[in-house]
Amino acid sequence: MKLPETASNMAHLNANAFGAAARAALEDQPLRSALAKATDTFADRRGRVLDEMPAWEELRTHGNAIKAEALSRLDHHLAHFVREAEARGTKVHFARNRAEACQVVEGLADRLGARTIVKSKSMVTEEIGLNAALEARGLEPVETDLGEWIVQLAGETPSHIIVPAIHKSKDEIARLFQEKLGTDGDLDAEELTAVARKILRGTYLEAELGISGVNFAIAETGSFLVLENEGNARLSTSLPRVHLAVMGLEKLLPRWQDLETFLRLLPRSGTGQHLTSYQSIFTGPKQSPEDEGPDEVHVLILDNGRSAVLEDDVARETLACIRCGACLNVCPVYRQVGGHAYGSVYPGPIGAIVTPQLVGTESAVPLPSASSLCGACRDVCPVKIDIPRILLHLRGKVVERMPTRAPLERLGFRMWSLAARSPRAWRIATRVGRPLARLAASPSGVGRLARRLVPPLQGWTHGRALPRAAKVSFRERYARREA
Amino acid sequence: MRVSLFVTCLIDQLRPEVGEATVAVLERAGCEVHFDPRQTCCGQPACNSGYREDARAVARQALEALEGDDPVVVPSGSCAAQLVHLADLFEEGSSEHARAKALAPRVHELSSFLVDELGVESLPSGYRGRVTWHDACHGLRDLGTRDQPRRLLRAVEGVDLVEMASCETCCGFGGTFSVKMPELSVAMADRKLDELEQAGLDAVVSADLSCLMQLGGRLQERGSSVRTLHLAEVLAG
Ligand code: SF4
Repeated sequence: MKLPETASNMAHLNANAFGAAARAALEDQPLRSALAKATDTFADRRGRVLDEMPAWEELRTHGNAIKAEALSRLDHHLAHFVREAEARGTKVHFARNRAEACQVVEGLADRLGARTIVKSKSMVTEEIGLNAALEARGLEPVETDLGEWIVQLAGETPSHIIVPAIHKSKDEIARLFQEKLGTDGDLDAEELTAVARKILRGTYLEAELGISGVNFAIAETGSFLVLENEGNARLSTSLPRVHLAVMGLEKLLPRWQDLETFLRLLPRSGTGQHLTSYQSIFTGPKQSPEDEGPDEVHVLILDNGRSAVLEDDVARETLACIRCGACLNVCPVYRQVGGHAYGSVYPGPIGAIVTPQLVGTESAVPLPSASSLCGACRDVCPVKIDIPRILLHLRGKVVERMPTRAPLERLGFRMWSLAARSPRAWRIATRVGRPLARLAASPSGVGRLARRLVPPLQGWTHGRALPRAAKVSFRERYARREA
Repeated sequence: MRVSLFVTCLIDQLRPEVGEATVAVLERAGCEVHFDPRQTCCGQPACNSGYREDARAVARQALEALEGDDPVVVPSGSCAAQLVHLADLFEEGSSEHARAKALAPRVHELSSFLVDELGVESLPSGYRGRVTWHDACHGLRDLGTRDQPRRLLRAVEGVDLVEMASCETCCGFGGTFSVKMPELSVAMADRKLDELEQAGLDAVVSADLSCLMQLGGRLQERGSSVRTLHLAEVLAG
């Protein structure tokens, strides 16, 4: 069953404003220096742990193969997961879209009479806008990951997949705490963490429901894993009476054995660690009164446009993503403008391919073009997703599905291709075009006018000198030489 | 050895000296260079902007012009990569797909052709200067060209090669990206140039005219005296 991609699939979406948002971000010097520092740190750490890993390439190839197989038989693996999970007492829910997903959580919260809900970091709950939905019903969802908590306190959205508050410097965070919590304005990182910890500790005990994401689900036993560094996910999922995990349907791995590969790939790529501080495995609720852990465990499996991606042969591998964030840290575009400019829950190279596929081409037109196709993302991706190839595929979709968009560009490319498909036409076009191009690059009045009015020239001369075309082309010189 | 030169539309129209330098270098390395004037462009501009139909039409012309058995040498990593991947534009099983598949292994970027195929270690060049190497993205990441140009540059007696930490960082060109998102594109160039201008260089050298246009246009606007040179120009110098 294929479900439509629609703009309503994503809780917040302003991707069509990428151009303006990127320009604004480029003016924001504090943002750019915070980003440069943090992305460098993560990229360096990753580089260092990989230096100790001679078999990294084989590991990536293996990860890619496991994901490809899992995605090619996802129906089968999902059915297996559900069977095994239910057999161990986990309650499994399916949601076709964002609205259905929120309803499931709301229904559960209502039944429990929950008021306070603790959450550990999860991008998919950002995607469905779970916090806003719960707040609208008078409930109080509390983010327990430090970065997420800061973002929630600031009333913002995460700007990085694994480092939600990467756009904020330490000083900004200290000022935020001062404003919202009345602490001193000059606390250092450790003191800030202590403040957050203290406030959060009480919340865990109050909460009736704990919500987490899922890094990997294992079909074999209906289990799932959450990786983290702060211990907050473990507390969020063990202290409340009920644990609900939300996952995109692509998170499935067939076997336990597959984890051997992914537990090496993910922490190294994401945070440059050999292993995260905590990896929690969940296999159903507690079985006897003496056991520890929640009375009920629920898993919510979300489609929200993913099954449509599965049917696209070129773009399917988008779903292999393990959300490590490595592609963001090396992306020269992300490093300049940060995550919020993308106007999507998912930023950076992976966001530029995921978002248009979940919300529809028309709702995220600039994202596939928000890249110079440098390929740095493909080089670092632990599961070898060919992001540039998918970007091109999505650019093609924009051209195909929106025939009235950018008529001048369309006409320009058609005229260019009509010339370039025939040597004779090419010779004539370039003979006529070169003197015009020389004029446009000249200091004359006509040149200045051309640079101001002709869109590509106008774009180019924004901060760059226009190169002068040659008087005599290579082919003309070559022909003379041969003669 | 007979080789077929795919000169690229940018070099043909904007900096024919680079094309001549490429011919000179190849001849010095013992090649007989053949240029088929039926060639126009590899189709990359349209392909990278999503205009696959237009790209296909131009790619057919490239297939036509490059028919034969001779190795095809391209003084550009990105155009070479485009020619290597041309088959992606055509339906599997079509005759064009087969022709593109046959073309791919014949295509070589200039520096890797010299080093890997011909075994060239050094070329006589009188160029003198303190330079750095910019790894153009497609040459580096699609074709794996990294050491070859550096080896050739180091072998030139008058060349003082200085490495930049940002040598592998994209210059921000990206085809139509450079004119669609000019502020971003320029900011990306600046990230490299800030480092580059500190190093007291005479020139930044690369094997892609598009990167050289981007970096050169920005350097000129910044009032810098650092020049941009194509690898072939240094080797032929
Ligand atoms: S696309 Fe690859 S590098 Fe980017 S977040 Fe996903 S797994 Fe990591």
